[in-house]
Amino acid sequence: MQRELMNRAKELLIDETVVRVLGWKKGDLGYNHEPAYFDSPEELEENFVYDAFCGANLSKYMIEAGKQEGKTLVFLKPCDTYSFNQLLKEHRIKRENTYIIGVGCRGNLDIDKIKAAGIKGIESVDADGDMLKVKTVYGEKEMPFEEALLERCLACKGKTHMVYDELIGAGEKEEAGPKGNRFDRVSELESLSPEERFAFWRSELSKCIRCNACRNACPACSCLKCVFDSNQFDSNQKANADTFEEQMFHIIRAFHVAGRCTDCGECSRVCPQGIPLHLLNRKFIKDINTLYGEYQAGEDTDSLAPLTNYTFEDAEPGIVAERGRK
Amino acid sequence: MQVENKKEFQPKIVAFCCNWCSYAGADLAGSSRLAYPADVKIIRVPCSCRVNPMFILRAFQRGADGVIMCGCHPGDCHYTTGNYYARRRMTLLFSMLDYLGVEHGRTRVEWVSAAEGVKFSTVMNEFVEKIYSLGENVRLEDLRCKES
Repeated sequence: MQRELMNRAKELLIDETVVRVLGWKKGDLGYNHEPAYFDSPEELEENFVYDAFCGANLSKYMIEAGKQEGKTLVFLKPCDTYSFNQLLKEHRIKRENTYIIGVGCRGNLDIDKIKAAGIKGIESVDADGDMLKVKTVYGEKEMPFEEALLERCLACKGKTHMVYDELIGAGEKEEAGPKGNRFDRVSELESLSPEERFAFWRSELSKCIRCNACRNACPACSCLKCVFDSNQFDSNQKANADTFEEQMFHIIRAFHVAGRCTDCGECSRVCPQGIPLHLLNRKFIKDINTLYGEYQAGEDTDSLAPLTNYTFEDAEPGIVAERGRK
Repeated sequence: MQVENKKEFQPKIVAFCCNWCSYAGADLAGSSRLAYPADVKIIRVPCSCRVNPMFILRAFQRGADGVIMCGCHPGDCHYTTGNYYARRRMTLLFSMLDYLGVEHGRTRVEWVSAAEGVKFSTVMNEFVEKIYSLGENVRLEDLRCKES
């Protein structure tokens, strides 16, 4: 599929439909591909890559790309199109400035899971069929594809693109990946006692180094000026000055995307400390779904988001305490 | 002779009151000579919808042991719909605080109209009592903001 995508991108560059391509390029290692712009067919030939390690959601990069002149070609996986739609809805991207190729996706791989399976010295990973062939300095190793899937792919939203100009490679494997219930872990945490929950989150959030990767990678987190960058706001910009700062940052980060978060899972994927940040977002999604009706951000571009909408009969905030008593 | 070092717990409570209903309700409680504890510090806001989740967290950081938000009854908002948005926001925020293990008794929302001085004083008395029973806020505290 990588070859197909590359050829199509070259065609579009040559016939001047688009002036630049937003895709993924090879990183230093065989498994850390990164988002990149390509301006010429030669660059594409040299560096363009598409495989199961192209986890980055390119929707966010379209905010910047859209401000430049000319059309941009962007490759979006099915779940990335939700984020794209959400940004369209918020008028952060101009649809007419983009040419979207929806790419097929089998699920992305988590290199940490492969490493955790005891495979060392990884040189390259080949994802053909249901087994992964991992080339290492100690020879070739194998592991099942499904066991190395990213957390977010375990609750795949489906393989349908919400918005696109053309599709390549989509529809080959129509069925969504392992369909776990994405709220299982949230429910599990909810059933713990407040003390246990506090201990759990304290141990998770204390790992935070305030690198802001979760904020920077999140397609929903796209304010021109972030509250946490304001010098009017007496928060510490860096590191673990105090336990309060960690909680504050993560509560506010999750709250600012509540109702807009498409559950793309970028926050957890990019976290260098492995904090399960998606559990905060999913808590909001779960609450919204149960209290205000099922809502999937990014499914369309015209519905009212849960927090910009209301009904007279909405639950009172006291419901939190009532649920706690059960 | 033993020196009593421990100070008795004196809670700090922040009440965000909307200008049009609850603040007037608090006023009425005062002019009707209804008592409510002095631990409650009122902050007047133009509308309950003005209360940013950050305000609540900031109050806890600066040493509040409980935060209560009061606004007009649903349907009576001076700006027609402000309190509906505030209601959804606060429900989600309180649920998140509960999820992180912060005691859910420390946060509360009450709708108090300008004619409900009695309600204002009973709500505040109840809330202060609740905070006394929960004790000092340690799960959302900022040590840098504590008096030693």
